[in-house]
Amino acid sequence: MLKLDNISKVYRVGTFGGKELHAVSNVSFDIGDGEVVSLIGESGSGKSTIGRMILRLISTSSGAILFNRVDVSTLEGGALKDYYRKVQGVFQDPFSSNNPIFKADRVFRIIREEFFPEIEGPEWNNKVNSSLKAVGLNPGDVLNKFPHQLSGGQLQRFLIARALLLDIQFLVADEIISMLDASTRIDVLNLLADLKSRGLSILFITHDLSLGYYISERAVILYQGYVVEMGATEKIFENPLHPYTRMLMAAVPRLDKKWEGVEIELRAKQLGLTPGCVYYERCQSANKDEDCARDRPVLLEAGPDHLVACGKL
Amino acid sequence: MSLQVENLRVYYQTLRGDVKALDGATFTVADGEIMGLAGESGCGKTTLGHSLIRLALPMRFVEGHVTLDNEELPVWDMERMNDFRFRRISIIPQYAMNAMNPTRKIGKMTSELLESRKVSFKTTLPELKRRLDLVELSHDVLNMYPIELSGGMKQRMVMVLSTLMNPSLLIADEITSALDVASQKAVAEMLVEFRNRECCNSAIVITHDISILYQIADSIMIMYAGQLAEKASTEVIIHSPRHPYTKLLISSLPEIGVKYAEKRLIGIPGRPPLLLDPPIGCRFRDRCPLAFDKCVEEPPFMEIEKDHSVACWKVFEENAQA
Repeated sequence: MLKLDNISKVYRVGTFGGKELHAVSNVSFDIGDGEVVSLIGESGSGKSTIGRMILRLISTSSGAILFNRVDVSTLEGGALKDYYRKVQGVFQDPFSSNNPIFKADRVFRIIREEFFPEIEGPEWNNKVNSSLKAVGLNPGDVLNKFPHQLSGGQLQRFLIARALLLDIQFLVADEIISMLDASTRIDVLNLLADLKSRGLSILFITHDLSLGYYISERAVILYQGYVVEMGATEKIFENPLHPYTRMLMAAVPRLDKKWEGVEIELRAKQLGLTPGCVYYERCQSANKDEDCARDRPVLLEAGPDHLVACGKL
Repeated sequence: MSLQVENLRVYYQTLRGDVKALDGATFTVADGEIMGLAGESGCGKTTLGHSLIRLALPMRFVEGHVTLDNEELPVWDMERMNDFRFRRISIIPQYAMNAMNPTRKIGKMTSELLESRKVSFKTTLPELKRRLDLVELSHDVLNMYPIELSGGMKQRMVMVLSTLMNPSLLIADEITSALDVASQKAVAEMLVEFRNRECCNSAIVITHDISILYQIADSIMIMYAGQLAEKASTEVIIHSPRHPYTKLLISSLPEIGVKYAEKRLIGIPGRPPLLLDPPIGCRFRDRCPLAFDKCVEEPPFMEIEKDHSVACWKVFEENAQA
């Protein structure tokens, strides 16, 4: 459905724009119909930049973003409006996404004025109500209220409902959970899962790996604008290969294991994977060579009643 | 006992009446204990932390006693608390990113801070440098402006500043929430290291992230709507909580290895009550699946077994039967 083809974003920085900052470098991946892809990385890794480029809030420096095989950057006028009917974003801070002087449902009115001027009042109200119900909100509770009268979880769902009004096929969810409380964040996550089962594709941008694991089929790990590892979520989480991914995995606070336990386990896994000597990485011996990395030594007799598992003695 | 808090009540004054943000907290923090304080936003955890060190308007002290190392803290008196602040009780504030004066070099700011407490910067400098080594910051930061440091570096710098006088109690308010997982881990482990090296005697770590607390805290206290819900050792809170709110809260946390398709987690329906006019009785009653008639009375915060206190009638009932 959406295909990122070798996209980069370079910012000019410095007094005269003489320096270049590579925010995103040669990133390619695609997102299929009804698929959730997690984009995981630290702050400054370029994950939000990718989301903004997809939403065309900023331009790409090179490469192309293809939505249903159409290059997004060429869209203009009516075609662009059509694009926004299908692709929408929800952002991190639900409180600053709304103008505090206006009632929160103003966002629905804007959508109607922009996209559906032909729909009559009562019909529109029905549409709003059904989209609010779809995100698990009771219209009576949330309509006609100011943003400060709603909780963060309600506002975030409100903004998802706004996106749903447009009949969207693709949602960029940029850290939409991180400002919410533990007791409400899972509701928003479940809502995304429900929308996905109805065929919506989601780019789920997050720095929280457990949230990414919960919801997505595929994960893309970004570091400094480069993709360092990507693939099926289970594979990446159960067997992280890139050192950066492994560091991230070890640093995630978990409820089932303490940090030391995770580190030891990861190291043990790595040792099990390498074909060579288990002591290879820490071995200080002068005789250490490539054979040690390739073949696992067997126990040999060094002397009477004395066995050793090293072929280099 | 390092810290003893008895029936502390602190309200916020507003035009519409008092917001009962902290309504009767009684607990202790032992020597060398790192106590985690968790709960949803607006549950009063930051109010509790701040009332121990700087009870400023619009906060209003209603009643209660706070004892630190067998000496009563005059938390209601801003002036007298000056003798305790920074030396005996210290805080790493939320948004430590913005806690430093942007117009001063960090070294200059530190010296001004120490001088204001009548401590010589020169004699403290060797210790300051030792502490910088401990948090893996180069000594050059003293000649830098705060803007030149990254978020994680600023956080560590503020940690060093806050603990420079070896306070008896350190309050860490959401110190990890604005950081990436890697810096989160580093900062959290440093806090434990500070305690181990006796840069602070005991600590209260305020956060909404319970999984961080599981990694570093000795005990966890859960707050709900301005009141204490449960306090016990970390293992007990995570693996065998008793209060219905704690149970729901812990079970709603997604973990690595949990996928929505296999195990759909559920949140807690409803939202916390407004504290301007909190409901009488148990404040969790409206959202609680186990609520019964008794819950219209306010449950006391009682110890049900050693080092495990709960405020829930249902739990008391079960315990009486067992």
